[in-house]
Amino acid sequence: MSGESATRITPGNALRPEDVAERVAGGVKVGEDVGEYALRLGDDALILAQRLGWWISRAPELEEDVALGNIALDLLGHARSFLTYAGSAWGKTEDDLAYWRGEPEFRSCFLVEQPNGDFGKTIARQLVFSIFQHELYSRLVDSADETIAAISAKALKEVDYHRDHAIQWTIRLGDGTEESKRRIQAGLDSVWPYVAELFQDDDLIERLGGVAARPSEMREPFDALMAQVLDEAGLELPDVQPAMTGGRGGKHSEHLGYILAEMQVIAREHPGATW
Amino acid sequence: MATQTQSPRDTQLQPVPSAEDEAGQAYFDKIIAEDSRIEPADWMPAGYRKTLTRQISQHAHSEIIGMQPEANFITRAPSLKRKAILMAKVQDEAGHGLYLYSAAETLGTPRDELFDQLLSGKAKYSSIFNYPALTWADMGAIGWLVDGAAIVNQVPLCRASYGPYGRAMVRVCKEESFHQRQGFEILLELASGTPAQKQMAQDAVNRFYAPALMMFGPNDDESPNSQQSMRWNIKRFSNDELRQRFVGMIQEQVKVLGLTLPDDKIRFNEETGKWEYGELDWNEFYEVLKGRGPCNAQRMERRREAHENGAWVREAAAAYAAKKAQKAQVA
Repeated sequence: MSGESATRITPGNALRPEDVAERVAGGVKVGEDVGEYALRLGDDALILAQRLGWWISRAPELEEDVALGNIALDLLGHARSFLTYAGSAWGKTEDDLAYWRGEPEFRSCFLVEQPNGDFGKTIARQLVFSIFQHELYSRLVDSADETIAAISAKALKEVDYHRDHAIQWTIRLGDGTEESKRRIQAGLDSVWPYVAELFQDDDLIERLGGVAARPSEMREPFDALMAQVLDEAGLELPDVQPAMTGGRGGKHSEHLGYILAEMQVIAREHPGATW
Repeated sequence: MATQTQSPRDTQLQPVPSAEDEAGQAYFDKIIAEDSRIEPADWMPAGYRKTLTRQISQHAHSEIIGMQPEANFITRAPSLKRKAILMAKVQDEAGHGLYLYSAAETLGTPRDELFDQLLSGKAKYSSIFNYPALTWADMGAIGWLVDGAAIVNQVPLCRASYGPYGRAMVRVCKEESFHQRQGFEILLELASGTPAQKQMAQDAVNRFYAPALMMFGPNDDESPNSQQSMRWNIKRFSNDELRQRFVGMIQEQVKVLGLTLPDDKIRFNEETGKWEYGELDWNEFYEVLKGRGPCNAQRMERRREAHENGAWVREAAAAYAAKKAQKAQVA
């Protein structure tokens, strides 16, 4: 990590949620396939932000309240941009999509829906997701869709920090005390069944060609960095079977219902209201 | 992590002042008379150090406990934009806690010790956070009234005679001012929304008005420590002066919101040039202070729980750092 701010916006090629909203208001409209793809990107970021937001005021150190809060805020920013863009396919806003869709309409993966558990499990989930997301955005900066490319350009700088945070904590916990080693290993074991889903190709990916990043191609660099981190941390690569999943097709874990119930409750008590 | 350092206080509690102490006192008095700044390495009276340590750490504790009522709504914020703003705000509060603990540490008490004082109940935090945040509108009322009262209290503290405190307050006040504006904006949006939203906003203002006024502390004749703090240029205005200023401010702003304050005695007294308001329920204030507010137990339990659940993480970080240091030494 250099000393530059992870959240500084580079003029020209990085889009904030407000910029995307402006483009959409100006008539930019995506096709349904790109919209569907943007939903996947947005929903992963939104659900993980929702999970991480819980930690603010509950972290092991004040510095971690700030760090986890910052990561959650970055992810929420990505979610807002991608959902705003996705919504242009169906004439919906980011809030229409976040608050008024039911479980089967969400496109998030199982991994981000997993409960926070202890700090070890949260870091394990962060490690997997940030390495994956880093590979993803590194490719999407070259997407044939210029809005997706621009959102990814801003997000990539932030995810670079998220990945660094997760790697540093994994090493610290792996090489800290007996207890921390046991906990981070247990965390990795418990999220590992949901890793395979991140790297599955499907028809949408085939149809989108140069717009999307091909998940299966990211598995090798993911495994390589993961092996390096686990080696340095003195941890074992989990020997756990992948679970049957289906988040991209709207089939979710049991957890999502509770996440949405909490996230959507106030908005749904006041249909038509603005905030 | 916690190291037992000898506090500079310990060396100053000597019955007979040494020549060094006398010279130190003379320098201190001169700095105060000039309305200039005392810095950490300067000599200072034991009482000054103690008062500041208590005040700054209480302020830090208030920031940390104050995260809770708002953090409650992060997962439920009714729009993604509001969720982002609220997350950033609660994160700022953790940041304020960090600056303030650092400022307090310059007086010789380590953060872990200050934290233990909070967890053991020995140290206090602002009573306002022992009231519950019940609806989304409370996010607005807390921003507008609670952060608003905090600003009125804290702007004069930017000129506090203790350098690290004054400088920390400059940054804190800038962020608080943003927080207050976002709280006002939440209420404005609600007040111009549906009847249910407007009702929610009015209800929140009704509940937070009196507790916010009590944030300035007891009436002047009930506040014995204030005079000494004013002589030391820590405090610049009395509790009642600040409270009157705040009432004048919010009674103008509430008109813009199209809401009302739950106090029909508010008036500007032309003769005294001061704002007047209805009698506050100081009985309630002291009850909450003694731990019998609606959320005292809940707030402390949550803080202790976070601290205890995080113990293994802090131990791991310390063990890892020690291993690293050892390796560096060998190499």
